[in-house]
Amino acid sequence: MRHTISVLVENKFGVLARVAGLFSARGYNIASLAVSETLDPQISYMTIVVEAKDAKVLEQINKQLNKLIDVITVTDFTKKEHLDRELVLVKINYAPKDKPKLAAIFEKFVGKIVQHKADMATVEAVGDERQIKALLEELNKFGIKELVRTGKLAIE
Amino acid sequence: MIGARILLESLKKEGVKIIFGYPGGQVLPIFDQLYDFDIKFILTRHEQGAAHAADGYARSTGKVGVCLATSGPGATNLVTGIATAYMDSIPMVAITGQVGTHLIGNDAFQEADVTGITRPITKHNFLVKDVKDLARIIAEAFYIASSGRPGPVLIDIPVDVQRADTEFIWPENVNIRSYQPTYSGHPGQIKKAAKLISQAKKPIIYAGGGVITSGADLELKALAEKIQVPVTTTFMGLGGFCGTHKLFLGMLGMHGTAYANHAVMESDLIIAVGARFDDRVTGRLDDFAPGAKVIHIDIDPSSISKNIRVDVPIVGDAKNILKQLITEIKKLPDTGEWLKTVEGWKNKYPLTYKDDSAMLKPQYILQQLWDLTKGDAIICTEVGQSQMWACQWYQYLTPRTFISSGGLGTMGFGFPAAMGAKLAFPEKEVFNIAGDGSIQMNIQELGTCVANKINVKVLIFNNGFLGMVRQWQELFYKKRYSFTPITSPDYVMLAQSYGAVGIRVTEKTQVRAALQKAIQTDNTVFIDFRIEPEENVYPMVPAGKAINEMIEGLA
Ligand SMILES: Cc1cc2nc3c(=O)[nH]c(=O)nc-3n(C[C@H](O)[C@H](O)[C@H](O)COP(=O)(O)OP(=O)(O)OC[C@H]3O[C@@H](n4cnc5c(N)ncnc54)[C@H](O)[C@@H]3O)c2cc1C
Ligand SMILES: Cc1ncc(C[n+]2csc(CCOP(=O)(O)OP(=O)(O)O)c2C)c(N)n1
Ligand SMILES: [Mg+2]
Repeated sequence: MRHTISVLVENKFGVLARVAGLFSARGYNIASLAVSETLDPQISYMTIVVEAKDAKVLEQINKQLNKLIDVITVTDFTKKEHLDRELVLVKINYAPKDKPKLAAIFEKFVGKIVQHKADMATVEAVGDERQIKALLEELNKFGIKELVRTGKLAIE
Repeated sequence: MIGARILLESLKKEGVKIIFGYPGGQVLPIFDQLYDFDIKFILTRHEQGAAHAADGYARSTGKVGVCLATSGPGATNLVTGIATAYMDSIPMVAITGQVGTHLIGNDAFQEADVTGITRPITKHNFLVKDVKDLARIIAEAFYIASSGRPGPVLIDIPVDVQRADTEFIWPENVNIRSYQPTYSGHPGQIKKAAKLISQAKKPIIYAGGGVITSGADLELKALAEKIQVPVTTTFMGLGGFCGTHKLFLGMLGMHGTAYANHAVMESDLIIAVGARFDDRVTGRLDDFAPGAKVIHIDIDPSSISKNIRVDVPIVGDAKNILKQLITEIKKLPDTGEWLKTVEGWKNKYPLTYKDDSAMLKPQYILQQLWDLTKGDAIICTEVGQSQMWACQWYQYLTPRTFISSGGLGTMGFGFPAAMGAKLAFPEKEVFNIAGDGSIQMNIQELGTCVANKINVKVLIFNNGFLGMVRQWQELFYKKRYSFTPITSPDYVMLAQSYGAVGIRVTEKTQVRAALQKAIQTDNTVFIDFRIEPEENVYPMVPAGKAINEMIEGLA
């Protein structure tokens, strides 16, 4: 099962390698990882989506992360109320006649066309996991050429 | 003050008395400062030897061991030693030179990404990019290495940082906001533990290396005696509880005593103190102590509920927690019947070996060593059968008298570790129980011993085999001894050529005199004991079996 955790770390040399290395060394799977500075430039915020087969593995992931010297706090969002968002950029097949169809989609989802060239459009969209999944299903009807996603961001 | 000098002044501030290491191009400024600095420096013959020696020094004293090597090959030679210390939670600071900061990442001569290589085998590591950070980083490194669950910390120092000049400001306090180990146990959990103990009918204490780290041996004894509970220790816990105490069951696990394993399996309460339920201890997990509730005292939360489910976890320092626990237990459990049952197992399944052969038996040598020293010695070991016999056939009375690589099982550890222990305790007899395979892995340290008059006594259990592996081949691979027979040099001549003393023992009758001579000799001594080549270590729990499914060896 997938779990979202956030990790506050000291923004120091090698800290990303420490976190990533811990996951690979202990055989945990990262589904996505997003890192950036916080308001305090000495601290970085990571949102990690992990694959954990049971509660025991998730508990170990938490404990092992906490053991890293540069980790300040670990928050497991599994049982915590939280907000999460992901941004995706999707290149789809697109002809001007598709405009109304796409407009209808953007009534349901937060998104827009950010670039349009010949028979292709790039769509930008933001949403939680469920919304992104639903959106991608809709866009798939046009034919998705390429997809990039930021990975999930989560906040309490 | 230049970085190299700041390094040494900082080590002095940390109370470092001795450094083990090896020079090279990227540590020249440090060695130049060492030339007339008042910290003892021991030049080993291999950087691996330096790392293990620092480790042996740390295990025997409880203080942080320090080793020093140059960049590239010097640093990579430390790796096995660092990993060995890491697996056994030993406080160590490893210092490596690095190519100049402007060259890092250029595949420069003798460059290796040492912080990258050692990331998974250190508690933490540092690359010092600015000389202004050096003193603080050293203070942090020592603090991290020695606090909480100890471990090795590496500091990689580029050569230009060693040369750079700045003011030396020693930080009197270290505060790392993201690292705050827990020392005192939760009072509510301690109450719960006390209650479980009062109600137990068949409790057992299972104590590990954490008791020794914590210095909790007296508290452990007080607890065991107060509640009258049998005590078994892990390999790493040997010496944490007096080996001749009537409540002591010896080591448990794969090569533990049968009675310790039966007692654990039949117990209804396991009081685990500073032990991590290693697979060598638990055997097949699903069958481990099925009727037992578990109290687990450990300073590292990640040790708890890692392998087995725990009923009462208590995070904190063993010494603190045991003290509180002892006062918290108001009603004593009634263990009379249980102690009788355990005594029955002790009588029924004693440790034994067949001593009828004409061949020299390793167990006999250890019995003689015990008889001569009565525990007043430091016993280091290599890895293999000889190591396991040293666990079974010698009694460790006090902490830090048994020094051996448990978690990594590093052949070649014992000899340099014995040097470290001997330098820490020059007045004590220090033995290295060695296999003929293992001793050949760091035998070059004979040079270090003789040059520095580090008089360790190496007892080579020469069976002509990589015996532990041969034993598995005998039992599980149809005696196909694939590459386990191993030749040896003439150890007597070898020792002599280095200026040490060599003795050969081929018969039982010579054992005692040889050991006595070794003890009396004011030099490093190698004794080449020609032991029974195919002697096995029993009892033994085969891989994947429950720990009461032992092979006994004797009918
Ligand atoms: C060939 C071979 C055979 C072996 N066979 C056996 C065997 O039969 N039986 C056996 O027991 N081992 C055996 N070992 C050793 C085994 O691999 C492990 O090293 C050992 O079992 C671990 O011991 P431990 O659980 O005490 O853990 P350690 O590695 O000593 O860990 C100590 C634990 O205590 C905790 N701790 C540290 N400081 C404190 C503190 N201040 N307060 C509280 N807790 C603290 C740590 O967090 C950690 O969880 C064998 C090794 C080899 C090489
Ligand atoms: C560095 C290293 N390589 C390989 C092993 C695997 N190994 C474990 S015990 C052993 C045999 C040790 O032989 P020896 O030192 O002669 O001791 P004996 O078992 O014969 O007493 C080997 C090869 C190891 N533990 N360490
Ligand atoms: Mg051998």
